[in-house]
Amino acid sequence: MFSSLTANAAAFLAGIFALLLTASLVVFILKRRSPQRDYAELAARVNSWWVMAGVFAAAMALSPTLSLIFLGLVSFLALKEYLSLIPTRRADRRVLFWAYLAIPLQFWWVATGWYGMFIIFIPVYLFLLLPLRMVVIGETAGFLHAAGSLHWGLMLTVFNLSHMAYLLVLPQATNPAGGGAGLVLFLMFLTQFNDVMQYVWGKTLGRHKIIPRVSPKKTWEGFLGGVATTTVLAWLLAPLLTPLTGWQAPVAGLIIGLAGFVGDVNISALKRDLGVKDSGSLIPGHGGILDRVDSLTFTAPLFFHFLYYLHY
Amino acid sequence: MAGPIRLAFWLLIARPIALVVLGLNVRHRERLPRQGPAIVAANHNSHLDTLVLVSLFPLAMLPRLRPVAAADYFLKNRWLAWFALHVIGILPIARETHGGRDPLKPCEEALDRGDILILFPEGSRGEPEVLGRFKRGVAVLAARRPEVPVVPVFLHGLGKALPKDDPLLVPFFCDAFVGEAMQGGEDQAAFLAGLEGRMRALADELPHPELHGIVDDR
Repeated sequence: MFSSLTANAAAFLAGIFALLLTASLVVFILKRRSPQRDYAELAARVNSWWVMAGVFAAAMALSPTLSLIFLGLVSFLALKEYLSLIPTRRADRRVLFWAYLAIPLQFWWVATGWYGMFIIFIPVYLFLLLPLRMVVIGETAGFLHAAGSLHWGLMLTVFNLSHMAYLLVLPQATNPAGGGAGLVLFLMFLTQFNDVMQYVWGKTLGRHKIIPRVSPKKTWEGFLGGVATTTVLAWLLAPLLTPLTGWQAPVAGLIIGLAGFVGDVNISALKRDLGVKDSGSLIPGHGGILDRVDSLTFTAPLFFHFLYYLHY
Repeated sequence: MAGPIRLAFWLLIARPIALVVLGLNVRHRERLPRQGPAIVAANHNSHLDTLVLVSLFPLAMLPRLRPVAAADYFLKNRWLAWFALHVIGILPIARETHGGRDPLKPCEEALDRGDILILFPEGSRGEPEVLGRFKRGVAVLAARRPEVPVVPVFLHGLGKALPKDDPLLVPFFCDAFVGEAMQGGEDQAAFLAGLEGRMRALADELPHPELHGIVDDR
């Protein structure tokens, strides 16, 4: 059931580290050239990328079980950050506790490859169970808001992100070159790459605001440039890491580019609603964990189902 | 050297709870005292407060860290007393003066040994996430040892994670904001007002105070 790291996936990981090395080198040169300017934020950002990529690569290389635990931990941190950010009712402490318990269960369904349960557990069973638990407690003031916001967060941080984990347990035979790890790397790298490219294109060419009320710095140029770059890169990388062929590879890139943008502004809208700049302070230079996985909450399920429909 | 059980508890249980199950957002960590004697004064909402405050310091400083706690509560039975004294390492004090004994005497002795006292000027754990008024004990102690720095620490979120009336721990990210050190003096009322002021200023650093449970949003 489990797939381990294939030669292609390992080579790709090495490539990511080469990229990080380049980034660190660039920061080093920038610091040397103009010591009067403050590169602390950029340096912290790159250093955090090292830590994130390092932990992720170590988990992937050591064992598939460890990779699942790592992804489960990401879901836990994201849900915890979400629940710490939003207003919650004191009366719902037990309900929130149950919501946390959903994480080990959801990842257990993944680990055992129980697709049917994986796909309905949170959207159906928890959707019915958590309001039941709330009703038993009996606090009706703010009931709709509490039930709605809790399930929204669970879908985003646990259900959606766990699709990334399910890529690891898809049958190895369908994707002998990249394996499960290759699929995760493809999704994860392109999603983060898309974020960076939208930023870079926006910084260099950006003029026309795309969604000013939610995210004033985002521009059409950044959005389209990012999606285009991601689509091209997906087309180049797909044969190395995925079973996607022909038209499927660029379409996967298009999906990741578009969904990544929506996932990003979705969390931006949440933060704007709550009046906070960053979702947390867990990752130096990046903000909170939700700031980092925002795009993934949308790209993971969409990429997964595109791939699953075509090949599994 | 702290005993092996104490060390194991803080390393294997307390720190994982503080740093992984909860997760701390620490601001101005550099303001924490590097050595004793010192007093760390924090607001009090949860049993987790002590756990978090001790976890802010390096493990090597464990033998020096003494959470000041009410003897009548923590020494009420022998199991709790053993745990409080030998694992948490509390400095038990009497809440009431009886028989003319000075309840702050053990605190002064600990400071003279170079310990770092962790104390909660609000007294007991108040209403979850509501900043209560400070009692004057901390001002009296600071006045008697004016050379000892008093470092305010504002804690937030722990009353949500483990409130007074509920034994179930629910994970939330928590904040620990360290304020600038103060020194005690003759005018105890002014000292207390200053300490409360610093605490409120730290509370104002929260990105969104009205949504962070300071006001229960029910």
